[in-house]
Amino acid sequence: MSLPATSSDGFWSDTGKTGIASWIFSTDHKRIGLLYLYSVLGFFLVGVLLGVLLRLELMAPGRTIMGPQTYNATFTVHGVVMIFLFIIPSIPASFGNLVMPIQIGARDVAFPRLNLFSWWLYVIGAVIVLTALFTGGGPPDTGWTFYVPFSAKTGTNVSLAVLGVFVLGFSSILTGINFVTTIHRLRAEGMTWGRLPLFVWSLYATAWVQILATPIIAITLVLVFVERVVGTGLFDPSRGGDPIMFQHLFWIYSHPAVYIMILPAMGVISEIIPVFSRKPIFGYKMIAFSSLAIAAAGSVVWGHHMYTSGMSDTAILVFSFLTFIVAIPSAIKVFNWVSTLYKGSISLEAPMLFALSFVLLFSIGGLSGLVLGAAATDIHVHDTHFVVGHFHYVMFGGTGFAFFGALHYWLPKFYGRRYAEKPALVAWALMFVGFNIMYFTMQVLGIRGMPRRYYDYLPEFARLNLVATIGSWILVLGLIILLVNLFRGLFRGEAVGANPWGGATLEWSIPTPPPTENFEEDPVVTHGPYDFKGAGKP
Amino acid sequence: MSHPEHKDYTGAKFGMWLFLFTELLLFGGLFILYATYLTRYPQQFAAGGKELNVVFGTANTVILLTSSLFAAMAVTSVQKGDRTTTLRLLGLTVLCAAIFMVNKYFEWSAKIHHGIYPGSPRLGSAPLGESVFFGLYYVTTGLHGLHVLVGAGLLSWIGMKVNHGKIHQGDFVTLENGALYWHLVDLVWIFIFPLYYLIL
Amino acid sequence: MSTEAAHHILSYRKLTAIWGALLVLTALTVLITRAELGALKVWAALAIASVKSGLVIAFFMHMKYESRPFRIILFVALVTLAIFIGFTFFDVLYR
Repeated sequence: MSLPATSSDGFWSDTGKTGIASWIFSTDHKRIGLLYLYSVLGFFLVGVLLGVLLRLELMAPGRTIMGPQTYNATFTVHGVVMIFLFIIPSIPASFGNLVMPIQIGARDVAFPRLNLFSWWLYVIGAVIVLTALFTGGGPPDTGWTFYVPFSAKTGTNVSLAVLGVFVLGFSSILTGINFVTTIHRLRAEGMTWGRLPLFVWSLYATAWVQILATPIIAITLVLVFVERVVGTGLFDPSRGGDPIMFQHLFWIYSHPAVYIMILPAMGVISEIIPVFSRKPIFGYKMIAFSSLAIAAAGSVVWGHHMYTSGMSDTAILVFSFLTFIVAIPSAIKVFNWVSTLYKGSISLEAPMLFALSFVLLFSIGGLSGLVLGAAATDIHVHDTHFVVGHFHYVMFGGTGFAFFGALHYWLPKFYGRRYAEKPALVAWALMFVGFNIMYFTMQVLGIRGMPRRYYDYLPEFARLNLVATIGSWILVLGLIILLVNLFRGLFRGEAVGANPWGGATLEWSIPTPPPTENFEEDPVVTHGPYDFKGAGKP
Repeated sequence: MSHPEHKDYTGAKFGMWLFLFTELLLFGGLFILYATYLTRYPQQFAAGGKELNVVFGTANTVILLTSSLFAAMAVTSVQKGDRTTTLRLLGLTVLCAAIFMVNKYFEWSAKIHHGIYPGSPRLGSAPLGESVFFGLYYVTTGLHGLHVLVGAGLLSWIGMKVNHGKIHQGDFVTLENGALYWHLVDLVWIFIFPLYYLIL
Repeated sequence: MSTEAAHHILSYRKLTAIWGALLVLTALTVLITRAELGALKVWAALAIASVKSGLVIAFFMHMKYESRPFRIILFVALVTLAIFIGFTFFDVLYR
C-alpha cells in the first residue's frame, strides 16, 4: 500500500514498526479499519465477478458459458463471499473501526489487540473458505444457506467451507464485543448517550446482534460438520432428526444477520443526510431508538424464511405478523430522513447522491419485502427471482450504496485527498441506472414465475433476462469508474482540510489525516452531533 | 475517561461478560434442539436417559461445583494479596477439571463399549428418538468437555502469571475473567446434568 | 458510568456457604426426579437448576456487586435466549 502525498501527517507516519508489519500487526483502530476496508473491497470485487458470470450464463436460455454444476458452485460461492466476507464486515468492521472511536472522543477501541486478532481471524476464515473451493470434492454447491439434508450428503467440500464460516463468525463476534464495550466505557466527557452520533447508535445495535445471534450459526455449522464427519443424525428424519430444525437454527442467526448488514448502512445515511442538507437531523431520538427496535424486532422474525418448509401453520401466522412489525422502525427512519431534507439547503454531492438513492432503493426493497413477509403472497413467489431482486435491492441498493457513500464521505478524511466530483457523479448515475435495470427486471421475472438457482429457464423469460444482464454491465461500468476515480483521488487528488463537508461530529474537529492517538487532549463534548451552528461552511 | 495508560478494569470485565453471553447462546442452540426433541420423543428420551449413569453425573456435578468454589476463592485470595493460597486454589480447580475429564472418559468409554455412539448399529435399530437423544448427548457433553479443557488451560496460564507476579493484588482482572469463564462452564453443566441424567 | 466502586471482597466463609447451598440443591434435584411427578419433573428440575445458576451468577461471579449496566446486559442475553427457544415452539407445538 503506497502512502499518500500527505503521508508525513497523522497516523500514516507515526508508528514504531515499518513496512507491512506496521499494518498487519498494528493495533491502531484506523489502520485496522483500513485493513478491513481493503480486504472487504477485494472480496467484493470477487463477488461482483462471480455475479457477472451468473448473469452471463442467464443471458440466453440453455447453456451459455457454464454447465449446471458450475452454475450451482458459482452462485454458492457468490453468496458466501458476498455475505460472510463482504457485507457482514463491510461497514461495521471498516468504517466502524475507522470512525466510531473518533466519533465518541476515544483514542482507540476498548480492546485494541483483540481488534487486530479479529482481523486476523477474518483473514484465516477467508483463507479456509477459499481453500474449500479447490480441495476435497470441489467448491460447495449447496447455496450459501447450507441446507440439510443436501449439505450433509453432497460430495463437495462443505465441511471445510462451514469451518471457514465458523471462524468468520468468531471474528464478527469479537468486533461486536469490542464495539459494545467501547461505546459503554470510552465515551469522552460530555458524550452522553443522547449526544452519540447516529452512526454509533446503529453500530451499537448491530454489535448486540453480532454478540447474541452469531453463536447460533456457529453451533449450527458445527452440527453440519459433525453430521458429515460422524453422522449424529440430528437432522436426519430416518433417525428421528428434523431437517426443519436446521432451518430454524440457521435463520435464528441469518435473519438478524440481515440487520447486521443494513443497520450500519442506515447509520451512514443518518450521518450524510443532515450534513448535506445543512440541517440538524429530524427526530434524533426516534432514529436512535429505531435502531435498537430493528435489532430487537429483527431477532424474532426468522420464521418468515420458512413459510414453504413444512413449518406449522400457527408459526407461519405468528412469524408473518411479527414480520410486519419490523416495517415500523424501518419506516420511522425513512420518514425522519425525508423530514430532514425538508427545507434543507441540499447540496447534491457524491455522498449525498448515494445516500438519497439508498433511501429510494431501500424503500423499494423494503416494500417488496412486505410481499414476502405476508405468507399468502410469499408462497407464490417463494424461491423465484422476485426474492433475488428483493434482497439485492435491500443489500446492494441499501448497504452497497451506503458503503459507496461512506467511501466518498469519510475516506478523504483519512487520506487527506479527495476524488474528482464529476466522474463520481457519472459513476453514480451509471450504477443507479444499471442497478434498477438489472434488479427491477429480476423482480418482474420472479412474479412471472422464474425460479432462482437454476442455470436454465423457459424461453418466454429470454428477453427480460437479456435486459437484466445488460443492466449488470452498466452497473459494473459505473463501479469501475467509481473505484478508479476514488482511489486516484485519494492518492493524487486535491488536498482537503479538516472539515471538507462542514460536519459537526467529532471526527471533523481533528486534523486531516487524524493523528495516531486521534486527540491531542481528551475532548469535552458540549453540543449534539448535528448542531451545525458551531461548524464552519465547507 | 480514555487514558490509554489507565487500565479499564470494569471495561475488561464488561467485555468478558459479553463473551460469556456468546458461549451461553452457543449452548443455547443445542438446548433449542433438546427442548424440541424432548417434546417430540418423551418416552425415547426417558429410555435414553436411563442408560446414563446417575452416579457419574452426580459426581461430576459435585466436582464442578467444588471447582467453581475454588475459583471464586482464588479471586478472594488474590484480592487479599495471598499469592500462595491463590496458586493452591487455582491448582485445585485445575485438578477438579482433570478428575472431571477422567470421569467423562470412563463414562464415554462405557457407552461406546455398549455400542452406543453416533452411527452405531445398536442406535440404528433403536427407536427413532433414542438416536437423537444420544446424538445430542455426545455433541453437548463433548462441546462442554472441550470448554472444560480450554478453561483448565486458561486457569493454568493464569496460575503461571500469578506465580511470576504479573497478576497480583493491584491488577487481577485477568484472574477474575478466567474465573468468570470457569463459572460459565459450571453453569452450563448445572443445566446439562438434570436434562440428560435426571429427567427420565 | 465512571463511578467505579471499590472491589468487593467476598469472604471464604460466604463462598463456602453458597457452595453448601449448591450441594443441597443438587441433592434435592436428584431426589425430586426420583419421585413420580410426570411432566412436572422437568419443570421442577429446571427451576432448581435456575436457582443454582442464580446463586453461581450472583455470588461466585460477583454479579450482585456489579453496577447496573452489567445486570441489564445479563437480562438482555437471557431474554434473547428465552425468545429463541420459546418462539421455536410456535412451530414445534403446533405442527
